[in-house]
Amino acid sequence: MPAGRGARLLRSPGFAVGAAIVGFAAIVALLAPWIVPYDPFAIDLDRRLVPPSFMEGGDPRNFLGTDQLGRDYFSRLIYGTRISMVIGVLTVITSGLIGITLGILGGFYGGKVDDAVVFAITTRLSIPAVLVALAVAALRGSSFMLVVLVLGLLLWDRFAVVARSTTMQIRNLDYVAAAWCAGVSRWWVLTREVLPNIATHLAVVATLEMALAILLEAALSFLGLGVPPPLPSWGLMISEAKEYMFFSPWVIIVPGAALFVLVMGVNLLGDALRDMMGTDLSR
Amino acid sequence: MLRFFVRRFAVAVLVALTVLTLAFMLTRLSGDLAISIAGPNATAADVEQIRQVYGLNRPLYVQYLDWLGRALQGDFGESYFFRDRVAKLIAGRMPVTVTLGLVGLSIALVVSLPLGILAAVKEGTWVDRLVGVFAMIGQAMPSFWLGLLLMIVFGLQLAWLPISGVESWDGFILPGVVLAFSAIPSLTRLTRSGMIEALASDYIRTARAKGLTRLSILVKHGFRNAAIPVVSIAAVQLGFMLGGSIVIETVFALHGVGYLAWESISKNDFPVVQAVVLVLALIYIGLTLLADLLNAVLDPRLRTG
Repeated sequence: MPAGRGARLLRSPGFAVGAAIVGFAAIVALLAPWIVPYDPFAIDLDRRLVPPSFMEGGDPRNFLGTDQLGRDYFSRLIYGTRISMVIGVLTVITSGLIGITLGILGGFYGGKVDDAVVFAITTRLSIPAVLVALAVAALRGSSFMLVVLVLGLLLWDRFAVVARSTTMQIRNLDYVAAAWCAGVSRWWVLTREVLPNIATHLAVVATLEMALAILLEAALSFLGLGVPPPLPSWGLMISEAKEYMFFSPWVIIVPGAALFVLVMGVNLLGDALRDMMGTDLSR
Repeated sequence: MLRFFVRRFAVAVLVALTVLTLAFMLTRLSGDLAISIAGPNATAADVEQIRQVYGLNRPLYVQYLDWLGRALQGDFGESYFFRDRVAKLIAGRMPVTVTLGLVGLSIALVVSLPLGILAAVKEGTWVDRLVGVFAMIGQAMPSFWLGLLLMIVFGLQLAWLPISGVESWDGFILPGVVLAFSAIPSLTRLTRSGMIEALASDYIRTARAKGLTRLSILVKHGFRNAAIPVVSIAAVQLGFMLGGSIVIETVFALHGVGYLAWESISKNDFPVVQAVVLVLALIYIGLTLLADLLNAVLDPRLRTG
């Protein structure tokens, strides 16, 4: 990456805001057990649905109020950051490994290998992801690791598409040819010449997929087949609170807003990276 | 041209067959399907009986071929819960889902085409940036959350629209808006980039030189060319929307195919789940095929391979 581009990236306001949001979320996720004011699982049925402290009827002891079981909402929100971040990162790693491997192989070898890769991508795209994830969770019983695994196995398509097309663009360039001439192995060319040169494109895809994974986990948990209770997934918090939303709208506004801001932050990072490269991969 | 069509069609058929196989494998993921159907309180005799009735005691490949043969004829078996033909169930729920999808796509197009064109014409100004921010907000918005918020505001506080069900046409408005939000960001960006490219091209300069009006240049020369990718992406988006309607149908209690799938998943009614996965996948395959063919007809440069 030329220095000029990097400097432009750091100056862009979108990057600054995105990095601040994602960085903050990462710190909160890491330090969750030490910064929560209360145990996020502690039930107190005498103090249910207490509004946030800054609202009418609020209690200064619970900054964001309590949920329908009297659990401290702020503490649950903090632990929820951990769930979203871990799911986002693990999904990107799993789907990235699958998609990038397939994409590079297809783009590099072409011919029959490429046909097979394109076929795999087409098939994957035609499968309704949310529905299949729900069905698998229902069949195998939902758990945290299952959500990661299912999302990882479903969201690799964009990695494969981008890795394939960028590899195709560079496979015949001079520096790759030079490496061949130097007599290095195929593995060396793929990992030392091809991969580093498509890495920034893949980073953009990684942000898109991370945002998608976080949203999908929330949707699955909202439908009751994602992260199982009592874990405080933001989607699950919204689902559990939704019968009270007409009387106390904040119960769904709080976790939803957290979800929205985090996804926005991840997308801002991705957009800034894409602007830096001056290409449009979002479609 | 004919060679392209045949090849593209063959790929679609192959993908469809693969999806059929995957859908079969999906329900066998649980290990023993009979135990899942029987539920937690079943005795060993119950499970054995279910195995007999549903033919689960046959070798796997026999079950697969039997299932495949029936599925290809549109026979997806019988629902365990509804005690009805799966194909009939899905056909009965399809109108709601398709209507929702079309309403969603229409709203998405009505919003994103003008916004995309506006952003392209005002490229680099604050208008362009505002449209970008709007697209970004749409992209980060969790659909089920947006649905609940709209229900609170328009259903309860303003009491303008029904919050669930589709007894009348206005029941489709809120879910349609939510569904549209999933397509607006990409359609807006695509229209914008297509228009920018078109406006920078030689034929626009020629049109300007001829002294045509601004509007005529924008619509007749610019948008016509920018619309080619938008048309095909819109077809693909419709496929995605139908697949994603499960969340929105559940939020708004719309009894479409997505809601049927959700009910069936929670009741371990696997033939229905399997069939919905298949039908949605087949619709998507059909729509992408249509998009590719449409693209080839509209833009001869794409007719390769």
